[in-house]
Amino acid sequence: MPIRTEKIRKVAKKLLNDHRVDVVIGYKKGTIPLKNIPYFAKNAEEADKLVWDGNCRGNLASYLSRFNDKRVAIIAQGCVSRNIVGLIQEKQINSDNLYIIGVPCTGMLDSRKLIAAVPGEITEVTENDLYVIAKGRGFEVTMNRGDVLSRNCDRCTVRNPVLFDELAAEKVNEQKDPVRYEKIKAVEAMSPEERAAFVDELLSPCIRCYACRDACPLCYCPECFVDKSSPQWCGKSQDSTDVLSYHLIRAFHTAGRCTECGACEDACPMGIKVRLISGKVEKEIRENFDGYEAWKDLKTQPPLTVFKRDDPQPFVKE
Amino acid sequence: MEYMRLNKKNMAVFIEELGRTCEVWGPVKEGEQVKYAPVSNATDMALDGFKNSTMSPKEIFFPQSEKMLSFRREGEDANIYRDEQAQPTKKAIFGIRPCDARAFRILDMIFKNDQFTDNYWFSKRDATTLVGLGCTEPCSTCFCTSVNSHPFDEKGLDVLVSDLGEHYLFKALTKKGRELVAGISVMREPSDANIEAHMVLRKKAEDVMTVQFGTDKVKDKTVLELFNEDCWTGISEPCLNCSTCSYVCPTCHCFDIQDEVSKEGGERVRNWESCMTWIFTVHATGHNPRPTKKERVRQRFMHKFKYIPMKRNGEIGCVGCGRCVALCPVNIDIREVVKQMNS
Repeated sequence: MPIRTEKIRKVAKKLLNDHRVDVVIGYKKGTIPLKNIPYFAKNAEEADKLVWDGNCRGNLASYLSRFNDKRVAIIAQGCVSRNIVGLIQEKQINSDNLYIIGVPCTGMLDSRKLIAAVPGEITEVTENDLYVIAKGRGFEVTMNRGDVLSRNCDRCTVRNPVLFDELAAEKVNEQKDPVRYEKIKAVEAMSPEERAAFVDELLSPCIRCYACRDACPLCYCPECFVDKSSPQWCGKSQDSTDVLSYHLIRAFHTAGRCTECGACEDACPMGIKVRLISGKVEKEIRENFDGYEAWKDLKTQPPLTVFKRDDPQPFVKE
Repeated sequence: MEYMRLNKKNMAVFIEELGRTCEVWGPVKEGEQVKYAPVSNATDMALDGFKNSTMSPKEIFFPQSEKMLSFRREGEDANIYRDEQAQPTKKAIFGIRPCDARAFRILDMIFKNDQFTDNYWFSKRDATTLVGLGCTEPCSTCFCTSVNSHPFDEKGLDVLVSDLGEHYLFKALTKKGRELVAGISVMREPSDANIEAHMVLRKKAEDVMTVQFGTDKVKDKTVLELFNEDCWTGISEPCLNCSTCSYVCPTCHCFDIQDEVSKEGGERVRNWESCMTWIFTVHATGHNPRPTKKERVRQRFMHKFKYIPMKRNGEIGCVGCGRCVALCPVNIDIREVVKQMNS
């Protein structure tokens, strides 16, 4: 059994047996290849079903606020731990009732990259630190793990949890100065007409299922602007203006808060690269606020939530 | 002439001749997605390694957003509703999978009762001939035989086509289907061996597609017994309450009607809606009879496996296409859910 899974189960069982927590939020092996299911272990027997591998995509922090009346342990890699910091800062969760089992992460697999790289339906996937092997009827393809990582994971610089009570493995080396924003820079360089056409095409497969919003730990509003009917901010049809409004407004709401966990993009059933939009907002924040990256510690507040007397922009003071 | 044979070399002729009487549609690759769209040539169709369309083909008869009527504030026709239904084009769709055709049959029952007929659905549906393609290599997420269907299910299709390699074997099932087949000059009488090969394929697909769960106990339990099962809390826990499962599903059919109004006038549009969402059931008072995801998740599965069978002579409201299994962001697998309902 891989070392992280083994340690997670051990820690989870102890926490549950000692009645330190009521539930451990983690992942269980999925029913199809390349998928795991968020799982809520409530006793030692259930804790034995917890797993950790390259299919623990999504973001478990988005479940936390639903357990505010319980003592909760959560399994958190770098990005998820940053979202937990955010939820604490934004007063959505009670950190007194929280136990974080931190996982130094080696990145999650991009299921779409794997599916595109093989000649048929994948029936089994095995992986280790270096390789991923995808098997199906009449084929077996071995790939470098680094080549099939999710787009957010392959450039992640916060793989180790920033907040934790206990770690499930030795810390991993952080990646230094990865190449970022290639596609976003290319879009920035386009003419306004080209850019409009690009965004139109990017969003044309959108079915407005809102999986991107519902998977996102930042989207905890009890009533989303897009659902509001009085007043109705946004039309509900497939009209491209309404589809675009939804995506743009949601992206603005992630400004200075997005941890690039990739849950939105992973959840999209249509494979839309929604992070090209939120990523642009994230890039603006990084460039305009001294390289700020969201929620790497409990003290630093996101730049759009604080007021400084020496703010270089005059409008905040006028 | 129940069966006819078409040499694949003649697919271009088939599409050309068929195109003289109606629009021809087939599976087409569009980016990462496969969808049914008009084709003018056999090579337009993504039939090589074709499994099924990404979205269910219900969108052809029941688009995600459909204009119903329009109105204007000023002028001679002020405040008069104008019917905005487009005149349906006569079309033939090649390559529909039997599960999806079976879903059309279920929706036929739902969009019509003894008082009303949903003309938006039927005007397009009736103008279409469905030329289905039997499944010889079902996906691992498929489970049609568990929900009373079959990889070569004929219900709902006008023609069932079997891929024999060099040839396609056409089996006309309805008057529309017989007319379509009779209108093609390059159709030939099949040999006994061709029909035998079709039967072998059918049997092989059936053997691959083992029954994965039963629904007998779901049938026997009362609504309240099922409704009050403990399993719903655990099943709904990972759910994000997004609408992916409903929107990719070939039998989900709920919609919301919206008036889109401007200074000059407006349009009435019906849009897909999903019982997974909070807004679906919230009342004007603010009260919501399905306040948490447990009630919402329960509704979707109860609807498919209990309420529809109760009202429609045992017809299950799921056809086993597996789209929700493949696309649910958190891997809520309907097969596992029904196993729990049936335990």
